[in-house]
Amino acid sequence: MSTGSGAVPAVRVPATRRYDGRGLTGPGITAAYLGLLVLIPIAAILWRSVSDGVDDFWAAITSPQAQAALQLTLLLSGAVTLINALIGTLIAWVLVRDDFAAKPFVNALIDLPFALPTIVAGLTLLALYGPQSPFGINVAYSQPGIMMALLFITLPFVVRAVQPVLEELDREMEEAAASLGASSPTVLRRIVLPNLLPAILTGAALGFARCIGEFGSVVLIAGNIPYRTEMASVYIYGQVEADQPGAAAAVSVVLLVISLVLLAVFDVIRRRISRHSETPA
Amino acid sequence: MDVRWLRADGLAHVSHPRRRRARVFLAVAAVMAAAFVVTPLAALAQDAQSAPGAVTLAAYTTPREVYEELIPMFQATAAGAGVQFETSYTGSGDQSRAVEAGLPADIVALSMWPDVERLVEPGIVAPDWDENEHAGIVSNSIVVFAVRPGNPKGIATWDDLIREDVDVITPNPFTSGGAQWNLLAAYQAQIEQGRTEEQAREYLKQLIANTSVMDRSAREALTTFAAGQGDVLIAYENEAIFAQQAGQPIEYVVPDQTLLIENPVTVTLTGDALVPAQAFVDFLYTPEAQAVFGQKGYRPEVDEVLAQFDYLQPADLFTIADMGGWPEARPRFFDPETGIVAGIFAELGRDAA
Repeated sequence: MSTGSGAVPAVRVPATRRYDGRGLTGPGITAAYLGLLVLIPIAAILWRSVSDGVDDFWAAITSPQAQAALQLTLLLSGAVTLINALIGTLIAWVLVRDDFAAKPFVNALIDLPFALPTIVAGLTLLALYGPQSPFGINVAYSQPGIMMALLFITLPFVVRAVQPVLEELDREMEEAAASLGASSPTVLRRIVLPNLLPAILTGAALGFARCIGEFGSVVLIAGNIPYRTEMASVYIYGQVEADQPGAAAAVSVVLLVISLVLLAVFDVIRRRISRHSETPA
Repeated sequence: MDVRWLRADGLAHVSHPRRRRARVFLAVAAVMAAAFVVTPLAALAQDAQSAPGAVTLAAYTTPREVYEELIPMFQATAAGAGVQFETSYTGSGDQSRAVEAGLPADIVALSMWPDVERLVEPGIVAPDWDENEHAGIVSNSIVVFAVRPGNPKGIATWDDLIREDVDVITPNPFTSGGAQWNLLAAYQAQIEQGRTEEQAREYLKQLIANTSVMDRSAREALTTFAAGQGDVLIAYENEAIFAQQAGQPIEYVVPDQTLLIENPVTVTLTGDALVPAQAFVDFLYTPEAQAVFGQKGYRPEVDEVLAQFDYLQPADLFTIADMGGWPEARPRFFDPETGIVAGIFAELGRDAA
């Protein structure tokens, strides 16, 4: 629909007829839909995690094996999130600002990790970067291997969050800054990055949340040795298998809370930045 | 902000007819969303009500090839004529929990006794399900060592597995109920060789320390081994034979002391086709059906049929009963808090830290 040229003239609209997005059928449906699909299941997990008693909940999440798995998961997910924020922004930049023949192809490529069942992703990575790697790269059953799987499955988040913002970003701002004598790094630091940061944070937070819950690809490439290469999701699966659903729910709740806190923190930062950049000059 | 929004959206929703259109659009979207969610759910719910009279077999993954051959054979008998089947295959623990949670099943065929026993308490399986002539077991296997072609590391005994130059693969005993057979075999093999319980525990610790990958399931461990990782895979004989029949370049060694793996089957009390289901379970013990198990790499439960196959007889074959049975062995070794194996993992984790 939109040509993306930004050439639509800004028309003054009478305030009384301004569209405000309210009064549509939305809120009721949204509430029912989210309630059924998200709220009730999450509440059930919360309930299950404490239904054996608070002591059991505490014991489950402080058991040394659970702690080791949680630490590994957070460490690797954090590292992956940082890499995603950097490389994802770079890829988005290249896709928006650079012109090259293979661009539509590369653009389509970005979403493929979403389409692939993660267990297939794990198998493929294992075949390519495992003991029989045709390239002589063997990272399987090690922390770099786990990171590779996580990077693969979370690639689209930051790219797809940053891309539309970058497309909308007014290049005149950059040109104005440059014409006033700002160097390229200064333009990047003072103009481009502040505008992109909310999108980068959104993408990074989603990617992080995806990482800490990832199971399918990780279970194949991690090695799953308790205390060494066992990720939280695999540990949780082990608890389910050992008929300890309460413990499994408890550790899941820890993951949920960490995700929630991170999403909230990032959201606060995002709002701060948006409010700041919206202040009329 | 508003100006920017308007620019981006091209004033699409300002005039009244367009607003109406937006409402229609939203309503249609809502109906479509509801349809997308509700239709598959309803379809699933319908699937759960199996066709009347059909026998639903809920089994673990590995004997799929066996049952796919046995079902048509049964349908060709007088008892099985006209009996329809529906089958479901997934990991033994997952399958057991699915049936416990309400997955309709007339027959459960699982990899180990505890997965069937779990169904007794909720009243899905009769408490005396394992008190028949075969103790509820339909097929067997043994714990073996799968090795590379030509056995380059010369692996023959349990002691070889803790050599420094040997890298071991075995599934994670917490995620794979079946993997518990392997570690139980390793422990009891020490006892059978006259070692003390302390020595057996120390052996188990060294074995686990020597393990580089612990996959979620036996089948994934086989994939890992086939992908080139490790020198020896602690495996079930039927899985090793399956891999060979699939053309994978592996050999296997039967250690002198090893554990008999016993796979149970039973009908449920909650199914809607008890008579044909029981007829099928009875059919599984006929010589023809047992022979199919034998051809697919399982050791037949019926002795006369087992004798027709040239399965290697280990010098010292012990069973879970020699270890006190599952109700005793499972918590002793695999309780996540107090079990021997959990303790070993914790020690190794501390050593590494």
